[in-house]
Amino acid sequence: MRISVDVEACVGGGQCVLSAPDLFDQSDDDGTVILLGQPNADQEHEALQAERVCPAGAIVVDPR
Amino acid sequence: MTEPGAVPRFPLPRVRPFDPPPQYDEFRERCPVTKVTLYDDTEAWLVTRYDDVRTVLGDDRFSAVGSWRFQPSASRAAAERGEKSFTAMDPPEHRHFRRMLTRHFTVKRIEQLRPAVESIVDDVLSQLVSGPRPVDLVQALALPVASRTMCHLVGVPYQDHAWYEKRATVRSVLDADPAEAAQATQDLLDYVDRLVTRRQAEPGEDLTSRLVQELLVTGLIHRSDLVAMLRLLLTAGHETTATMIGTGTFVLLQHPDQLRQLVDDADLLPNAIEELLRYISMLHLTIVRVAKDAVELGGQQIVPGDGLIATPAAANKDPHAFPDPNRFDIHREARHHIAFGYGVHQCLGQPVARLELQSVFSALFARLPGLRLAIPADEVQYNHSNLVGVQSLPVNW
Repeated sequence: MRISVDVEACVGGGQCVLSAPDLFDQSDDDGTVILLGQPNADQEHEALQAERVCPAGAIVVDPR
Repeated sequence: MTEPGAVPRFPLPRVRPFDPPPQYDEFRERCPVTKVTLYDDTEAWLVTRYDDVRTVLGDDRFSAVGSWRFQPSASRAAAERGEKSFTAMDPPEHRHFRRMLTRHFTVKRIEQLRPAVESIVDDVLSQLVSGPRPVDLVQALALPVASRTMCHLVGVPYQDHAWYEKRATVRSVLDADPAEAAQATQDLLDYVDRLVTRRQAEPGEDLTSRLVQELLVTGLIHRSDLVAMLRLLLTAGHETTATMIGTGTFVLLQHPDQLRQLVDDADLLPNAIEELLRYISMLHLTIVRVAKDAVELGGQQIVPGDGLIATPAAANKDPHAFPDPNRFDIHREARHHIAFGYGVHQCLGQPVARLELQSVFSALFARLPGLRLAIPADEVQYNHSNLVGVQSLPVNW
């Protein structure tokens, strides 16, 4: 599984941080998404949830 | 069953207060995008499927510009008066303004407000327990917590709260006089303009002071744009969060087994709050978008200029997204609800709302374990506004 984030599309809603706090953070400058790392096997559900709840479609999870 | 060919009038009546109108289930199956007649006899599309609602709110073929024409409330009057709010803009203009604010509303940043919000809740609860019983929880807890939190965050003197809240309420009552709503909007803009002047002269730690320093002093924003932005921030988090506090308490009291679990295990609270947001789905009349292009949606041909009502109350009760949707269940996966909207306009202040709800529910049931309704549940009065919720909640303990 591989996460990619689109900082330009991000609207700083913070839903990803609530869903997967170990995988996502928000920039202090403009609140946009910071990807902290790729998910391990235990974090895959959280990663998919973050993708699902992102209001701006700024998180894409490639399951391969 | 709605008569075939008849165009239903929006809003449709509810049978049970927290369940959407029963026709929504029928629409979802038979005509998930269906024509309804609005308040002024114009027509719009009512969108009832979760996926379609997310499409309308998340796809740039649908615009927020001019959506006020299809809004039920007196905020139409405010828009007609020319108030510039970035909630009624599309990208890239919308993004330009929203990005000025997002750093102040990150999960981390709002978490820093926790001690202040907990202290507000504690203080309001202390006044409540030392006062007469029974008491209306909406007036004695929900409204003051929401109000004091917003004053603290935005930097407004608390003694002004009744004045500006009265004007904010005028804008959201369904049958408000448009002239009165327009005047209330102008009053609020004038008030915020004076606040900007004051914070420019004597800056503090509050959001107004920070935005004045970051945006106005540096010339990044026109004063009128900053004033409109602050007007939105001042009123957006008051009635909404207060409604969730009062109505959420009512729903929890109606589910004593789940409430007991929450009291015993604080780790359940964050998800329970997501479920409350979904279950109540306070926004039952809005949100509205306008088609920019010809689009096929839910089997209908949408033409440019058509209005679409993409209401969270319909999406959050779609059984395909939330099985057995009218059941309240603090253990269900609810985080994908759209109670805060969806798309680029999704509520900026949602971490503040979550913080307030967490602080209130954990303190309220810990301090008043015997909290109960003081009237039969079927006598509880509901709002007549843009928001679904309890008008008052007499409680005892």
